[in-house]
Amino acid sequence: MAGRTAFDANLARTLIDRKRDTPGATLPILHDLQDEFGYIDDAAIPLIAEALNISRAETFGVVSFYHDFRRSPIDGRVLKLCRAESCQATGCEDLVSHLSVGHGIEVDGADEGSELHVESVYCLGNCALSPAALLDGEPIGRLDRDRIDAIVAGAQGKTQ
Amino acid sequence: MSVRVFVPGDSSALSVGANAVADAILDEARRRSLDIAIVRTGSRGLYWLEPLVEVETAAGRVGYGPVAPGEAAELFEVDFLAGGPHPKALGRVEEIPYLARQQRLIFARCGLTDPLSLDDYRRHGGLRGLERALSLGPKATVEEVLASGLRGRGGAGFPTGIKWRTTAGVESAQKYVVCNADEGDSGTFADRMLMEGDPFLLIEGMAIAALSVGATMGYVYIRSEYPHAFAVFSRAIERARSAGLLGPSVGGSGRAFDLEARLGAGAYICGEETSLLESLEGKRGQVRAKPPLPAIAGLFGKPTIINNVLSFASTPWILEHGAKAYAAYGVGRSLGSQPLQLAGNVRYGGLVELAFGASLRDLVEGFGGGTRTGRPIRAVQVGGPLGAYFPAALLDTPLDYESMLAAKGMLGHGGVVVFDDSVDMARQARFAFEFCAKESCGKCTPCRIGSIRGLETVDKIIAGRDRQKNVQLLRDLCEVMTDGSLCALGGLVPLPVLSALNHFSEDFAKAPARAAAE
Repeated sequence: MAGRTAFDANLARTLIDRKRDTPGATLPILHDLQDEFGYIDDAAIPLIAEALNISRAETFGVVSFYHDFRRSPIDGRVLKLCRAESCQATGCEDLVSHLSVGHGIEVDGADEGSELHVESVYCLGNCALSPAALLDGEPIGRLDRDRIDAIVAGAQGKTQ
Repeated sequence: MSVRVFVPGDSSALSVGANAVADAILDEARRRSLDIAIVRTGSRGLYWLEPLVEVETAAGRVGYGPVAPGEAAELFEVDFLAGGPHPKALGRVEEIPYLARQQRLIFARCGLTDPLSLDDYRRHGGLRGLERALSLGPKATVEEVLASGLRGRGGAGFPTGIKWRTTAGVESAQKYVVCNADEGDSGTFADRMLMEGDPFLLIEGMAIAALSVGATMGYVYIRSEYPHAFAVFSRAIERARSAGLLGPSVGGSGRAFDLEARLGAGAYICGEETSLLESLEGKRGQVRAKPPLPAIAGLFGKPTIINNVLSFASTPWILEHGAKAYAAYGVGRSLGSQPLQLAGNVRYGGLVELAFGASLRDLVEGFGGGTRTGRPIRAVQVGGPLGAYFPAALLDTPLDYESMLAAKGMLGHGGVVVFDDSVDMARQARFAFEFCAKESCGKCTPCRIGSIRGLETVDKIIAGRDRQKNVQLLRDLCEVMTDGSLCALGGLVPLPVLSALNHFSEDFAKAPARAAAE
């Protein structure tokens, strides 16, 4: 993933101030913070609340509502694996079990230290070339076991 | 003059190596000191042929595909720049039957042009709709859209012209136009393909809408699962602004309209229009009760037109050619064209834009060529995760709003997902509830609790516990969810569940798998 600067309240404030006057600023601000730090730090929540003149509870409610926003930092690469119907019809569940049995990687597992995080998503709009995934934002179509092996090997090589 | 070679920059094409192919062709041309210009286009939507490379020759645009990066040298050997023969040669792309048999009104330009070139857009007929709308004036523009019979392409099929007329009739200092590009339905990709391949068409359609109702600001809400579409569309907005197509005087009309692209954050429910508005306002994407209608009190409480990408993108054609010409396509009350998206276990997956009324069989067999695995088709889900599963026996159902409804399904956003005979339909019914439970906004009880109870009940049926009783319970639950849910998520999840139960009851009566198999 891009970014991964360690959380810094001053930098967060700068990012928040840049968008605070945008109508409906909450999501644009949260995206900017996550692009920068890789997650939404708890300490950012009161900063956003204050800037937008909403309660902390409301801010937290927004962060927790959307699947995209992470609550803790992670290392390594992120593979978003589609598990919706078109990819089911072309064997994505076989890839899920291959990741588990062949590589010991649990999809949506909580292992923060691993080199490759695999997360379920539901449709990437690449359904004519299912199974589909996004690796750090780059689209992959016609995914198969061999490609999964190469992605796992690539992620392990990257962090060694 | 250099020979023009076209390689799609569409994200599906990129997912199978289009960038590497473009690089390999350019390298090889340099090595041979040949003067070529690579144009990155959108996709034609013939996805099984991607990466599909096209060359402009004396005989027209000829295609080669699917091309692997390692094949670049071979292509030069056979002189593909002059349309030379090769096992991957496809001849003139327009004559490929898959494309030639379509009725492309919205996607006519997609794949032909450089998506970010406004000159290219204009050369291929762009902006004529907006020009006519400006000469007609606001009132007549709305009447034209109304007369065309255009209905919301997001799935609900509500007449677009009525939304526009309602907003036009409300007095307000501020009005908005919002485009729902939160294309979350699995098996659909038309919005993405259009935003990446012909973004100015959407901008033109939104400008037509804005000027006809007096809105000065617009938002396009794009799901975060589409990072590439978001990037391309954001660049298109900038170019449209610097060319004066957006800004204080749209196309020199003296009337203002500007546009901003906003990124979603991974919530399926934000494809529901009122959730989307909440999300744009910076809140949790929870559904609003209607009334008030968004057309009267929508974004930030102001009158708002909210339409799907394909609805807006239909309007330039309607304005250019007239409502009557548009209404000549289609059947009954389903007028115009529907971009269908052929996906799942299918040989020739892609975008098929047809006038309403073609049969599901023609789509999945005629265009799709059956399953990719070569096994028999067992089920076809139409309309995304909330659409019904059709058995092979119902493949002759016509693809229009009324026929789909009569078959207890819905056309939705036009996604069609094919499954072969290895599918377990009880599992698919279970998944429908699982998905609903994950994505429910939580506001209404039938959806929030019903989806969980539904999941548990299907599990009991699969495990063989009190089957008859639990099937009855499941049907009761579906009735409650259909009648009692606040929006279409909880209200439509019974469609896939009941269609699986009714058409594939044998899958709910199988001997339970041993616990060890779990």
